Amino acid sequence: MSDTTATQTPPMGALLARWLPRAEALLIPLAALLCGLAVFSLFLLTLGKSPIDFYALIYKAGFSTAFSWQNTLSRVAPLLFAGLCVALPARLGLVVIGGEGAIVLGGLAAAVLGLAVVGAPPVIGFVVMAAGAALMGGLWIGAVGWLRFKRGVNETIASLLMAYIAIALMNHLVEGLFRDPQSLNKPSTAPLPEALRVGDMPIGIDVHWGFAFGVLACVISWVLMDRTTIGFAARIAGDNVRAAQVQGLPVGKLIIGFTALGGACAGLAGFFEVSAIHGSANGSLISGYGYTGILVAFLARHNPLAIIPVATLLAGFEASSGLIQRRMDLPDATILVMEGIVFVVLLLSETLYGRLAIFNPTFWEKKA
Amino acid sequence: MSTAADIGIWGVPLAIIGGAIRVSTPFLFVSLGECLTERSGRINLGLEGTLVFGAMSGYAVAYGTGSPWLGVLAAAMAGVLFGLFHGWICKFKGVNDIAIGIALMLLGMGLAFFFGKPYIQPVAPDLPAIPLGWWSDIPQVQAALQVNALFLIGAVLAVALHWMFKNTRVGLAIRVAGDSTDAARAIGLNPDTVRLLSTAAGGALAGVGGAYLSLYYPGSWNEGISSGQGLMAVALVIFARWNPINCFWAALLFGGAGALGPALQSVGVTSGYYLFFAAPYVLTLALLIITSSPDKAMEGAPGALSITK
Repeated sequence: MSDTTATQTPPMGALLARWLPRAEALLIPLAALLCGLAVFSLFLLTLGKSPIDFYALIYKAGFSTAFSWQNTLSRVAPLLFAGLCVALPARLGLVVIGGEGAIVLGGLAAAVLGLAVVGAPPVIGFVVMAAGAALMGGLWIGAVGWLRFKRGVNETIASLLMAYIAIALMNHLVEGLFRDPQSLNKPSTAPLPEALRVGDMPIGIDVHWGFAFGVLACVISWVLMDRTTIGFAARIAGDNVRAAQVQGLPVGKLIIGFTALGGACAGLAGFFEVSAIHGSANGSLISGYGYTGILVAFLARHNPLAIIPVATLLAGFEASSGLIQRRMDLPDATILVMEGIVFVVLLLSETLYGRLAIFNPTFWEKKA
Repeated sequence: MSTAADIGIWGVPLAIIGGAIRVSTPFLFVSLGECLTERSGRINLGLEGTLVFGAMSGYAVAYGTGSPWLGVLAAAMAGVLFGLFHGWICKFKGVNDIAIGIALMLLGMGLAFFFGKPYIQPVAPDLPAIPLGWWSDIPQVQAALQVNALFLIGAVLAVALHWMFKNTRVGLAIRVAGDSTDAARAIGLNPDTVRLLSTAAGGALAGVGGAYLSLYYPGSWNEGISSGQGLMAVALVIFARWNPINCFWAALLFGGAGALGPALQSVGVTSGYYLFFAAPYVLTLALLIITSSPDKAMEGAPGALSITK
């Protein structure tokens, strides 16, 4: 008997050590999400509104039919990119919350460059627009990382200030230098030609290619963060900067590189918003995706693969906002309240990591 | 307005001074609140949300009761609730005060927009202004020196807070908790309680700052009422080196930067309106860059503060 247990225990223990942390990382945020929604239900009940109706409407408007999925999935792309803009720097322990600025300027860069290459083959046009948007966003958020590394400037505050500056800059340029004289009520850049508009994917519903590229960006980011030495080095630097420097890791390059990469993602969100949705750069770019992206990244615990389902869920919430307003006579800020409550409960759940017995291998080994 | 032409270009600095006093008041209150919170060793990034919720609740109560001062009181109470909530959550192990601040910023704004919808149309009574320009015949001078009572209260509060930090037991308790959690425990203080109360009081001040926005200048409630004053105040406190009196001067400076655009507009300079609108953000960022340092801890910074590590 003792022989068999001796041979079975090590794989069992290894299995537990391998899977319990994953279960913990999945179940605690999931439970936090459900708790947050439960708290929000209480909020609705105190207002005399039915939470059941509310969640039924979310399902109906966001996830039930092909049309509602189309509604949801067309909002996922910017959330994927905006989530990565938070999650990539987070690997280094940086809290960057100004992705909105990179989205806005990336979108502007895409619109302006698109007009500059009119007449060139569309493939070149798309590459120039996307590269310009990514470069613009990368420079914008990379500058935040550079300031952090070179001057010790707090990246959270700096990135948000730069988001305000970016929005002012976009407004200024769209009303002046880049304004299309035809745009009377809403100052915009000149509309992009049809050839430079990103189209829909051939999947039967109208969802533009931004979704596929957003998912691809998440997968690439996951590989970078979890399967390469660069990602490993970044994690060490995020845990302990001093230790990383002692080991000779290029902390500065990592910080600037990861923030710039995050900014490039946000810039791409701007590119897809302009090229697939709006057709020109204008005030519609300031839509708050950058801020929802913060919640996406935190709910996904900064895991790029988890960003995909989380962004889809939140996109569904936001897609249902209109129907909820009409049917339940609730203001459009209702979704914002729900997201805020979920966010707070989620952060509160951070205190549970490492403290719940069921996620400790010894708990299961004693039972076995 | 014949006198407007008489003083010509002098109207610009005058409008900036008047604007600085008007625009600086919310900065002053939020930065004093943030200063108090940070001196106790915590950072509350959620004051932006508290500010917006304070603006909404202050406006709603002023409209309902007819008294703007009751509105200010309500905004302060709302700020206390947000502060207590922040302080309570941060007590738990492993919870990050910066992240909680971001979440409460979003929640505060969400709740303010949610409950504020019915108050966008109605007109609430404004806070009264004190005409300190009575000695002058020039209307621009009189306009510039229409000073709101809250500005004066804020100025007195800055001095009072400075005195409190230096000379009182409460001030000492806050400073000890801010410099070292262990030192606070060693002298029998519960650092969590000190921080909880400091965050609550700081929240109250941020709420009052919000009430000033909706009840005096610009003097109405809408969803765009705040343009990041709550967040800029956090940077302002760093620039002011956690000193309440410096907060007062820094708030005036920021107010002046914010008044630049409207002042130039009043004399006919309209091009680059959005760029002037961005002036306070650029100024904040520039000051943050100048006053930060990559390797050594910042002078005057509370030792237990996560933002300076």
